[in-house]
Amino acid sequence: MNRKSSVALRRAERDLAHAQEASLLESVRLRPVISVSNLSKTYASGFHALKNINLEVRRGEIFALLGPNGAGKTTLISIICGIVNPGEGTVLADGHDIVTEYRAARFKIGLVPQELTTDAFETVWDTVSFSRRLFGRRANPGYIEKVLKDLSLWDKKDSKLITLSGGMKRRVLIAKALSHEPEILFLDEPTAGVDVDLRREMWQLVRALRASGVTIVLTTHYIEEAEEMADRVGVISEGELILVEDKAELMHKLGRKRLILQLKGPLERIPSALAAHTLELAADGHELVYTYDPQDERTDITALLGDLNEAGIRFKDLRTKQSSLEEIFVSLLRETRR
Amino acid sequence: MNLHAVQAIYRFEMARMARTLLQSIVSPVISTSLYFVVFGAAIGSRITEIGGVSYGAFIVPGLTMLMLLTQSVSNASFGIYFPRFSRTIYEILSAPVSYFEVVLGYVGAAATKSIILGLIILATASLFVPLEIAHPVWMLVFLLLTAVTFSLLGFIIGIWADNFEKLQLVPLLIITPLAFLGGSFYSVDMLPPFWQTVTLFNPVVYLISGFRWSFYDIADVSVGASLAMITVFLGLCLALVGWIFKTGYRLKA
Ligand SMILES: Nc1ncnc2c1ncn2[C@@H]1O[C@H](COP(=O)(O)OP(=O)(O)O)[C@@H](O)[C@H]1O
Ligand SMILES: [Mg+2]
Repeated sequence: MNRKSSVALRRAERDLAHAQEASLLESVRLRPVISVSNLSKTYASGFHALKNINLEVRRGEIFALLGPNGAGKTTLISIICGIVNPGEGTVLADGHDIVTEYRAARFKIGLVPQELTTDAFETVWDTVSFSRRLFGRRANPGYIEKVLKDLSLWDKKDSKLITLSGGMKRRVLIAKALSHEPEILFLDEPTAGVDVDLRREMWQLVRALRASGVTIVLTTHYIEEAEEMADRVGVISEGELILVEDKAELMHKLGRKRLILQLKGPLERIPSALAAHTLELAADGHELVYTYDPQDERTDITALLGDLNEAGIRFKDLRTKQSSLEEIFVSLLRETRR
Repeated sequence: MNLHAVQAIYRFEMARMARTLLQSIVSPVISTSLYFVVFGAAIGSRITEIGGVSYGAFIVPGLTMLMLLTQSVSNASFGIYFPRFSRTIYEILSAPVSYFEVVLGYVGAAATKSIILGLIILATASLFVPLEIAHPVWMLVFLLLTAVTFSLLGFIIGIWADNFEKLQLVPLLIITPLAFLGGSFYSVDMLPPFWQTVTLFNPVVYLISGFRWSFYDIADVSVGASLAMITVFLGLCLALVGWIFKTGYRLKA
């Protein structure tokens, strides 16, 4: 073989290796970062907390697990993070089984628990440095400094945890969870019981984290929060994952509102002139209820009010009502059971 | 092996102990000194010597063991009970650490502290009575094995206890009586025959006897029996810890 052709051959080999590497990277990128299959959990009390959950979280997204209190959100993420024993089923974190390859799986994960559980007499700096080493990383003061600065905790680095406010403790817990540079961050009800300003701050923070490449799974019982933050939403109720959808889709489904008109005089039935509108009578005919979807093109409140006026129906008051989460869950549940 | 984690837990525990230095070092030293004054001086004036050893010197190994046992149990039990109680244990459970590494960190720190304490007590005792150590290496072996074994026992108690009462009751109701009745202040052959037999069922007798042998070459039971006993006890504790972690008992729902 002459020299020229051997160089060409080597180059071809190298290109092939690069292509293989690129396709490997691509398949890793596309692989779900969390993959839950047929997961069920029954607590020792006999309570059936999770029922056959199947879920995939995509790399780089913000995934919101939305559900009322007691739905099983904390149970689900506690199982993924290794705090609660899994029942049946399997969970993979970045391709690693959380039971048989728990080291590799947990190394990728950071968890911010629902409760503000911190030590008392440790300093911020010590507790965050502790977390990093607990997760098997060598000490790196530069990185800890960056995390604390990003979370506006730098000037508190020498404060004892017991002296911090609730909002700051939450940020310390986030710093601890980020200390080992995880790829996936779980935030369990990051804004429950938090005032509006802090909530907005938290939302900004979560977005910044996502921008830095971390996949985020958060749980919430606020629809607004899921709407504000998530790329995709999973709705969980009574241990069942009812649906998983893109946020836009879901908001459309959940977005029903009701306009309640209090009439001056009671009606016995809805006049046929108003048949074009989705109306119902309530409160013994004293209230007229219009159910509509504000996102829907066909919704036309002006037309409704005009028709009411023409039909001679007078009202003394009106209010609108967003369907409550509870109602939405009930109706979703009914739909999926059907 | 996640050595970073073992070290982190170990240092965390040692730092916690350093914060409570007064209560963890000073108070055992004071109470040991009191024992010397009361038992050594008051009783020592009646019982002058046992097996050729002055009474004051005779009680040193038993007294050190008494402190070693109670401190190992209370340190280790508190060390693991506290994160359970404050729920900060979530972090340990979610970390890429094996159970063995967790135990190494917690029990290692508790045992270290009791060994340091044991040596401090021996040093304190040497101020009151002339101490001689016939088998220094064996003395350290007994010190180490006992500290580790009873720290493991404390770890188990700290996981089992679901309230502060239980946490404090076990050392108080079990460890202290066993240690007192285990020949800390007397030689077993000073008891009536019936009680001598009963005493042989007390595991602490073997520890104290072995430990005292390493000082003065006198023993209530054979040294081999002492070593065997402590090894069996260590094995039992290890098996129990293994079971706890395997099942997640009181740690994972
Ligand atoms: N350790 C436990 N033993 C028995 N039941 C539990 C335990 N932990 C949680 N549960 C029950 O499981 C259900 C789901 O709880 P959880 O996952 O905390 O819900 P969420 O986080 O959605 O509010 C609740 O009814 C709760 O009472
Ligand atoms: Mg919860």
